[in-house]
This record gives sequence, C-alpha cells and structure tokens, in this order.
Amino acid sequence: MSTWPIHPLRGGVHPPQRKTLSNQQPIQRAPLPKQLIVPLLQHLGSPTDAHVGVGDHVLKGQLIAESANLISAPVHAPSSGTVSFIGPQPYPHTSGQLMDAIVIDTDGLDMWCSLEPLTDFHTASASVLLDKIRQAGISGLGGAGFPTVIKLSPAANQPIKTLIINGTECEPYITADDVLMREKAAQLMIGIDILVRILQPENVLIAIEDNKPEAIAAVRSALDARSYHVVVLPTIYPSGGERQLIQILTGQEVPSAKLPAQLGILCQNVGTIVAVHDAVVEGKPLISRITTLTGEALHNPMNVECLIGTPAIDLLEFAGLQKNNMSRLIAGGPMMGFTLPALDVPVIKTSNCLLAASAAELPAPPPAMPCIRCGDCAEVCPANLLPQQLHFYALGEDHTQLQAHNLFDCIECGACAYVCPSSIPLVQYYRSAKADIREQANKLAKAEHAKERFEFRQERLRLEEERKEAERKARAERLAKTKAEQAKKAAQAQDANANNPSGASDDELKRLKITASMAQVALRKAQKQLDTHGTAELQAQVEQLRISAEQAKQALDAATPSTTSAAAVTKKPAKPELGAAEQALKKAKIDVAMKRAALRKAERNEANAETLAALQAELSLAEQGLDKLNQTEEVGV
Amino acid sequence: MTLPRITSPHAKGANRTQRVMLLVMAATVPGILALSYFFAIGPLLNIALACGFALLFEAAILALRKRPVMFFLKDCSVLVTGLLLALALPPYSPWWLIAVATGFAVVFGKQLFGGLGQNPFNPAMLGYVVVLVSFPVDMTAWPAAHSVDIAAGIQHVFFGQAFPDAWSQATVLDALKTNSNLTIEELWSSNPAFGKFAGYSSEWVNLAFLLGGLFLLHKKLFSWHAPVGMLTALFVMSLLFWNGSGSDAHGSPLFHLLSGATMLGAFFIVTDPVSSATSVLGRFIFGIGVGVLIYIIRAWGGYPDGVAFAVLLMNLCAPTIDYFTRPRTYGHSTAKRGFKAGE
Repeated sequence: MSTWPIHPLRGGVHPPQRKTLSNQQPIQRAPLPKQLIVPLLQHLGSPTDAHVGVGDHVLKGQLIAESANLISAPVHAPSSGTVSFIGPQPYPHTSGQLMDAIVIDTDGLDMWCSLEPLTDFHTASASVLLDKIRQAGISGLGGAGFPTVIKLSPAANQPIKTLIINGTECEPYITADDVLMREKAAQLMIGIDILVRILQPENVLIAIEDNKPEAIAAVRSALDARSYHVVVLPTIYPSGGERQLIQILTGQEVPSAKLPAQLGILCQNVGTIVAVHDAVVEGKPLISRITTLTGEALHNPMNVECLIGTPAIDLLEFAGLQKNNMSRLIAGGPMMGFTLPALDVPVIKTSNCLLAASAAELPAPPPAMPCIRCGDCAEVCPANLLPQQLHFYALGEDHTQLQAHNLFDCIECGACAYVCPSSIPLVQYYRSAKADIREQANKLAKAEHAKERFEFRQERLRLEEERKEAERKARAERLAKTKAEQAKKAAQAQDANANNPSGASDDELKRLKITASMAQVALRKAQKQLDTHGTAELQAQVEQLRISAEQAKQALDAATPSTTSAAAVTKKPAKPELGAAEQALKKAKIDVAMKRAALRKAERNEANAETLAALQAELSLAEQGLDKLNQTEEVGV
Repeated sequence: MTLPRITSPHAKGANRTQRVMLLVMAATVPGILALSYFFAIGPLLNIALACGFALLFEAAILALRKRPVMFFLKDCSVLVTGLLLALALPPYSPWWLIAVATGFAVVFGKQLFGGLGQNPFNPAMLGYVVVLVSFPVDMTAWPAAHSVDIAAGIQHVFFGQAFPDAWSQATVLDALKTNSNLTIEELWSSNPAFGKFAGYSSEWVNLAFLLGGLFLLHKKLFSWHAPVGMLTALFVMSLLFWNGSGSDAHGSPLFHLLSGATMLGAFFIVTDPVSSATSVLGRFIFGIGVGVLIYIIRAWGGYPDGVAFAVLLMNLCAPTIDYFTRPRTYGHSTAKRGFKAGE
C-alpha cells in the first residue's frame, strides 16, 4: 500500500472538535419507539406515494411508499405495526414545515418481512446490483441525501476512474461515521467491493481525517489484500465537502455548476456504503441509520443505531436530555446544521446528528459590528471567494455584482462567518441573496413567458382581424353585386307590373277577411259563455259583438267587388282601443303569473293551508280578470 | 418550550474587532519603550494626549451622528488611530498640534465617511499629513535623543515654551536630504544624529517596531503580503538607486529600512485593512506601491519622509487594485478582473 499524495485544502478553519463528547462508547441501540413517523420525502427529488392505507398492518422492511419518478428513493416500514395515519407530520426542517408521512404504531414484535439477499454479488451483473440498491431505497447518508443509485449510474461517456469513500467527517461534534468505521469496517469493505463491481474504477480512495485514529486502524485492518488506498488527511474544516475533498485527493477542481462525474470521480459517504452492503448482502432496505446524539444538554452523549422515523425527543431522552440546559437544538453539526423548531420531528435518512447545545457551548452571537475589511473571511474561504465583497454587494442588493463575484459557488460552509471579528452573519446574507436572485430569475422567466404569450395572442388577434376584414370586404363586394342585380330585376319587374294597378288592394281585402272571421269567432265564444253563465252583461256583449261582426261582414262585402277606402276607414278607430286593451291584458297576465308563482312558492315552502287557500283564491280572481280582459279584447277586435 | 431558529454556522471563532485592536496596541509596546528610552516621557505625553483627544472627538461625533457611543468606543479602533498618530508625531508635540491632528483624523478621516470600516484613507496618516502641511516647523523638529529635560518638555507641550536650540535636531532623513557638500562618511561622523546604519535613535526604534510587527504576524492578525511588499520595494528601490557615498547619495538600503517611519508604516499602517486592498495579491501590490512611493518621496520629493503621503496615495489606488486582483474562484478557469467585470 503506497501513500497517496494529497494536496492542501484552500482556506479552511479549525473550530473546536468536541468529538470526544460522543465517541467514547460503542454504538447503542435506540429503544423501539411507540410510533414511527416516516416522511414520504427524505431527500432531494420527488416525494413518494404511499402504497399502504390507514389500518394496514405492515412488516419491518416492507415497501410502504414509492414514486414512479427517477430521482426518488422508495420508503420502507422501519418496524412492524399498524399504519395509523397518513398525512402532514412534523419534519426536520428549520422552517417547521410539515411533510406528508406514514405514521406506524409499532406492535413491539419488530417482525421482518421476507428478505431476498443476493447470495453472491461477485457474479451478479451491475444492473442487478443497481436494482438491489434502488429497491433498498438508499440515498446518501452524509449530506443532501441524493438517491444513491442515480449517482452510481453515470453517463456512458463518463466512466468513473476514481471512487472516493468519504470518511472525513469534518464537522465538529459529529462522530456517526467515526464509530461506524470502527465497528463496521468489514461491512464497509464489502460495500466498497460492490461499488467497485458496479463502477470498475481505477482507484479507490478511503479518506479519513487524522483525528480518528481508531477508525483509521479499523479500516486499515479490514482492508486485507484489497488495493484500496486509505488516505489520512490533516484535520481541517471543511475537508469533507465533496468538492473540497476532490481537490485534496486529486488536486483537481470540479468545474463550477458541474458534477464530479465530469472528472471521472464519484464520492460516497461511508454510511451509504454500509447501507449498500446491507441491501445487497442481507437484502435489508434502508430503515435505520447511525445518528450522533451530542451536546452539553445531554447527560449521556452517544451514537445510536435508530430506526428512520424515530421522533427526536425519544432519542434525546434516551441520551438523558436536560431540557432546561438546552439553548438550541441543531440537526447536523455546529457549522452547517440547522436549528429544529420542535422536538417531535423524526429521524430521516439524512439525520447524522442531533446536537442539543447548551448556551455555554454555543452562545448567542454577539451584535454584528461594521466590516473592517480584515480579509480573514477571504483567507479561510475554501471556494476562494471574496466574502466581504459579497457582503457589501448583498447589503446593496447588487445582484449583477454578486453573480460576477460567483455567489453561487459559495458552499455555505460558514468558515467566513466563523472567523469574522465583526460577527457578521455572512452566510445568512449569502443565503438570502441567493434566494432573492433565484426568485427574481423565476419572476423574469415567468414575465418572459407571459410576454411571449401576450405577443402570440396579439399576433393571433391581428391575423383574425385581417381575416375578418378580408371577409367583410368580400361580403360587401358580393352585396353590392347582388344589389345591382336586384336593382336590375326590380326595374324589369316594374316594367312588368305597370299594367296591374289593383295589386296593392289585394292586401286590404285579405285583412278585411281576417277581421270578419275573427269577429265571428269572438261572437261564437261570447255566445258559449252566455250559454253557461247567462248574465245580462254577457247578453249585452254578445249583442254588441253580433253588431260588430255584421259590420265587419258588411265592410268585407263592400270591399269584395272592388277595392274601396271604406274598409280602411271602418278599421281605423279600433286601433287605439286595441293598444289600451293590450296593455291591460299584459298587466293582468303578469299579475296572474306572479300570483301563480307565489302560490307555487308557498306550496314548495309547505305554507299552512290558510295561506294556500288565500293565495288560491287570489289567483282564481286574477284569472277571472284575465279572462274578462281576453273577452273584451276579442270584442274590441 | 420554544427553540430558537438561528442560521448556521452556530460555532463562532474567538476573534473580535476589539481583540484585534488591543493586540495591535500591545504590539506597539516595544516601539514605545524604544522611543521612551531616547525621548523620555515625550512619546508617552503624545500618546496620552492623542488617545484622549481621539476618544473625545469620537464620542462627540458619534453622539452627533446619533450612534451608540459606548458600543463603538468599545471596539478600541479610535484608540489605535490615536496611538499610531502619537507615535508618528515628533515627541513633545504641542497639545494643539495633537488636537488638530487627531481631530482631523477622527472627524474628517473616519467618522464623516461613515465611521469604522468606511474610511477610504488611513485616518492617522490623514491627520499626520494635515499637520505636516500646516505646521512644517513643528513637524520636522525632532528633539535630539536624551536631550529633553522632562519639565521643559511639559512646558513645551502645554504652554508653548520653545526648546533651547541645542535640543532640536533635524532627523537623519532630513540631514541626508539637505546635505549638499559632505560625503556620507563625513556626514556620519559630523552629525551626532546618525548611528550605526541609520539614525542613532531611529534604527533602534525601527527595530522595536519590527519586533512588534513580527508578533502581530505570528498572531496572524494580518497576512505578510502588505508589509513584505512594502519593505521589499523600499529595499529594491534603495538598492537600485544607491549611488555610493558621495554628497548626492540617497542612502543605503539598510539606512532606508531603519529610518523614519519605515517599520511603523510597514507593520502598523499599510496593514490597516480598511483603507488597503482586499485580496492578498492586492495587498502585496498595495505594499509594493507604498514602498516605491516612500523611496521616491525621500529621494526626490519635497519631504524628508514619505510614509504618510505614500500610504494616502496608495489608499486612492486600493479600489482599482481590488478590481484587478480578484482571486480565481474554485471551479472557474479564469478570474474575472478589471473594471468591466460584473457589468
């Protein structure tokens, strides 16, 4: 085993390690919690859909949620029990946001489902192994938790030459990887063998910081005849950042906004590798992880192997939480971890540490002073940025300059804020500036899209208008043509009609005929009425009708032999009468309709019999009035 | 129970502005001791007066600007300004001279630009130059080493009583500059102000400030770039233009390194981060510029020493240097430099 040459990290800081707080005892097994909260999304990518329903009984290791989307990892039941709830539950996020989760009431039996281990991975094909890793729901256990199988399936034109196993664990306080390497070095080696079988890299580098001598010894002794390099790095934060580790181990820099695979390099966390071992060799899906429980607010800091979904409070109490002593609760380490707003959030696949810090060890930051441009931040920045310039531009919201100063290459490691003598919360400024720029870019894209759509619509309307205009023109032309033709025809017709002067009086005659027949009808109706009711009034009406009918008949008779103006004269006085009568009729009709509606309404509303009767009476009265008017109208005609 | 939401990082290094300032002041102790050895309580009177005036002016203008007075006085930055100004002024400077210098440094040099961190010019050097230009006689008359009687000194400082002529002495830089007929050997033997390599007192005072500067470097209060740039440039310039020992000689490299305010400037003035360039490369260039200008002013300029002018001139250049010395960010093939970057 030759020593692998290493390169210095650019910048970096040496915060107090505080690792001995939690790595003094072997990994403990956390007690089985009564309830497990298993979020449907535990990493970057798409959320999964629950495959179980409330009331279902599940076995340990059983698939309970999956997504058809590629960038996603399936979720398995961490223990046996009954699904009691599916919906929004607490989630380890600093905002306190909720996340859909499957809640399992454990039955205490911790009964496994049937597992399908791969008997011999040495003969298995890469695709079989990758499938196994996918099914086990493994996502990175070190950082952002990217689904592992995607990282392990690089593009065909980017073969992985160097496989880096990241055991640096440069964050202070956290010792989960440290104790994992100490106790599971054999599984780690087999896990690496599996990855080597999949990727066929030229070099395998296992990087460990020199503050973990026990882990280094354990990994070295587990190597056996393997040709992997155990590379011991000087302790400096943030050597474990993917890009920083690649720089230390290879001297190469991952191009901005590109992935290490471009350089033929792949990094995997040691915990992820052990999960790969468990998935392939034992057939176990990822349902538990090693989490560091540390901080001065814990009586007994330690590392636990705990089930995914275990509420943080259960674990902290297991480690002897002294609530009064805790000033903040951090998920992750003191440099990059985020504060948890509540104790009931569950452990997820990426939860490497719960830090219950006392006010003495992580005091509240002193008030920020003005920047004195000391340049300490630029000295320690591992990305070689100018943090103080970024700070000024962030204060001035100068997004162009922020981007020109490569704000988005900031890995938010916090080294600059750690050394700042003025206690300026630099990372906070960068995060917020990044969010602003992203939001603005989104808005811009949206505005651009809207503009495009608007312009498209304008164009469409314009074309439509043009088409219509053309049509209008065509129609106008056609109309002009037909008019001309009609005019011609009319002229011809006039010539033909010139010797037929009685044409107009034909209409007059027709009208008189109608009037006469209508008068006859009215008379007959009135007579019928007279037959049934026989009042004096009706009698008079009938008489009148008879007279008018006769008059009409006479007028018709008079008109029939030749067209006379007399018919028109007799007809004319009837007209105004008709107008008044029509109005009255309309009013009566409306009245009746309203009364009918009122009655129907009352019926619908199940009004009492009295009101119904009253309404009925009113309606019949109105109807009678209407009938009368109808008659008078007929008479009028 | 409510848990606070605080963004990372949660851990915080021990460095504070106040600590930086106190360390800088501590590092001047060897220089102060050396000065006091040669000029008795003169330097201490300077310091007491300058620091007192500085605090007074700072408090007054902070109150005028409606800023928290105690909060900003506690950062000790104004004490450093006063202290450095006091060390640059001739021992036993009259009180009104010190008042004018510190007043200008604190009010015009620092607070009117926005206070701590906002000043484009080094406040101490600005104050120094104002009194140097306004009161040249008082500023160029350094007392001869071991000459001043303490009582007469106090009389001079507070009541304006003139020194006896024998007590005043031109500095060696001045003597060399105004020399027109003596060879270097003759000058050295005839003038008691000269010592082994440079001035009798100045070489020891400069060595003492060098010691303090090395202490600050060891404490990593600043990077080596600016001081090394300045001293190297001064050394190279004085070597290049070292024209022997004739009467027109500009002096040896060692003479320049150990004369005047060289070491004070190299470790306490050009290292002022606020008015200097930002990146380490920028600071190196800044230091080189100061070194070159110091030599030009000393050799061919109108003033015997040029540290203050050189620093102020380079302060003017600092933003431009920043534009052209941006570092290459991780993962980028080239650095974005020049005025157009970011437009």
